[in-house]
Amino acid sequence: MRTEIRSKLREVLMTSPSFLWLAALFALPTAFVFAIALRPANPFGGVGRGWTLDNLERLADPLYLDVVWRTLWISGLTTLICLSLAVPIGYVLARVSRKWRGICLMLIVIPFWTNFLIRVFAWKALLHPEGPVKRVLVGLGLAGPQTPLLYNPAAVILVSVYTFLPFTILPIYAAADKFDFQLLEAARDLGARPWRAFRTVFLPGIRRGLLTALLFVLIPSLGSYIIPDLVGGPNGEMLGNKIAQRVFVDRNLPEAGALSVVLILAVLAPLVVALFLERKKEKPEAILR
Amino acid sequence: MRRSRFPFIVTVAALLFLYLPILVLVVNSFNASRFGGGWRGFSLVWYIRLFHEPAIWQAARTTLIIALSATAVSVILGTTAALALHRYSKSRLQRAHFALIYMPLVMPEILMGISLLMLFVSAGLPLGLGTIFLAHVTFCLSFVAMVVLARLQDFDESVIEASRDLGAGGWTTFRKIRLPLLWPGILAGGLLAFTLSVDDFVITFFVAGPGSTTLPIRIYSMIKHGSPPLINALSTILLVLTFAAVALSQRLSRPKTKEAA
Repeated sequence: MRTEIRSKLREVLMTSPSFLWLAALFALPTAFVFAIALRPANPFGGVGRGWTLDNLERLADPLYLDVVWRTLWISGLTTLICLSLAVPIGYVLARVSRKWRGICLMLIVIPFWTNFLIRVFAWKALLHPEGPVKRVLVGLGLAGPQTPLLYNPAAVILVSVYTFLPFTILPIYAAADKFDFQLLEAARDLGARPWRAFRTVFLPGIRRGLLTALLFVLIPSLGSYIIPDLVGGPNGEMLGNKIAQRVFVDRNLPEAGALSVVLILAVLAPLVVALFLERKKEKPEAILR
Repeated sequence: MRRSRFPFIVTVAALLFLYLPILVLVVNSFNASRFGGGWRGFSLVWYIRLFHEPAIWQAARTTLIIALSATAVSVILGTTAALALHRYSKSRLQRAHFALIYMPLVMPEILMGISLLMLFVSAGLPLGLGTIFLAHVTFCLSFVAMVVLARLQDFDESVIEASRDLGAGGWTTFRKIRLPLLWPGILAGGLLAFTLSVDDFVITFFVAGPGSTTLPIRIYSMIKHGSPPLINALSTILLVLTFAAVALSQRLSRPKTKEAA
């Protein structure tokens, strides 16, 4: 009995530094966002007294609804493109020789280690009206001299795919690595065409990796701020930009809080769905085992 | 069986896609032309200019001070967290603990930035180096804990038991067996924390206040209203430093004995 108490005490002692730190600087501030969203703003850029629903009502502004909608479709499209690129890449990585696999993984991870701002800036320079991409496209006749490559949603999607692609490839590769490729051959032997074998055997086989990859792109993409800020222009603004504008431009923390609540909900939705899917799928499998 | 070439083509194209912008940036840092429109000959002028920008060096110093202190604290907190999670993995407290450590990993940066800003403003804390430090420890902690935990889970626990059987006490076992085995994990976690801290822009931007400028904040204002060639040169220097750090971390995290591989 005494050793049990001592063991518990030691556990609490070991847990409390990180637990208390994160409770105070992660859990508490997140709760704060909800609280401040219900407070009025004061004219000095701070938070006033009393409670109000004004900030939440202001979200119904068509301007905000536009931004929310744009945030959703830009993130959705980015996720879709990332996944459809990452699946064939993950497949290749799982099938090539050990040596090549190591080299390829290294090559995929290295750009992710470079400063994020610099990667976005590099694209800004590439897509510049006098930049190399524009000249090649005009030279090929694929773009007119006036076609803008920067400051639109397409530029945001392009740079987002660039930024999040490594995060998608890694979990899909990890899942593909565990996949039994003999299953694919069996499907082919049984007469399935390549595409069908791929769709009905390979994709379900790497389901878990796909789900992780999806969350790894979708969530940060929903919260994107720098990418639309630097290459999006006014037509490419996302929720993150609106939050930053309320904070830095007109210093209205409660309204920024209300917008953040929307973002938190947008982020939580796919997470909860993913958790639910995992649970549902897990049970029958566990029984079979 | 004939395999489709398609996945292979996608992979090669994706690698080109990943490296094209970085390559252009590095090449342009040696370009004498101011706007990077065309090649005007090889030049080191932007690197020389960079050395005469005191603001950049000041920002680099601030970044380094914050990164080093945040790394030190987050390594300590993250390692104890991982040890607790590993040792008492079945307890209810650790499940809450794990959730608390895991959540910051999936939280978009901007939400973390704004929530910390709101906390600091409400608590009346003046924004500056102190608040940046607090924020950095908060997001580094989870990453360190995860890296160290992964290392702990790869452990051969029989080594620990052997040490106990041979009469070593808990503390001796920890110091002589567990810590040396854990060391690569702690180093890798620390290196990751350091890189994340040096790299972070969004969270820092929210909690920095007007006075304190880190390197990413400096780079951001240079992108917004500065000269592109200087950023190219600075980026190239940072790239070289990052590659060196990655190579180092690869060497550290690689298992020393062949049997582990």
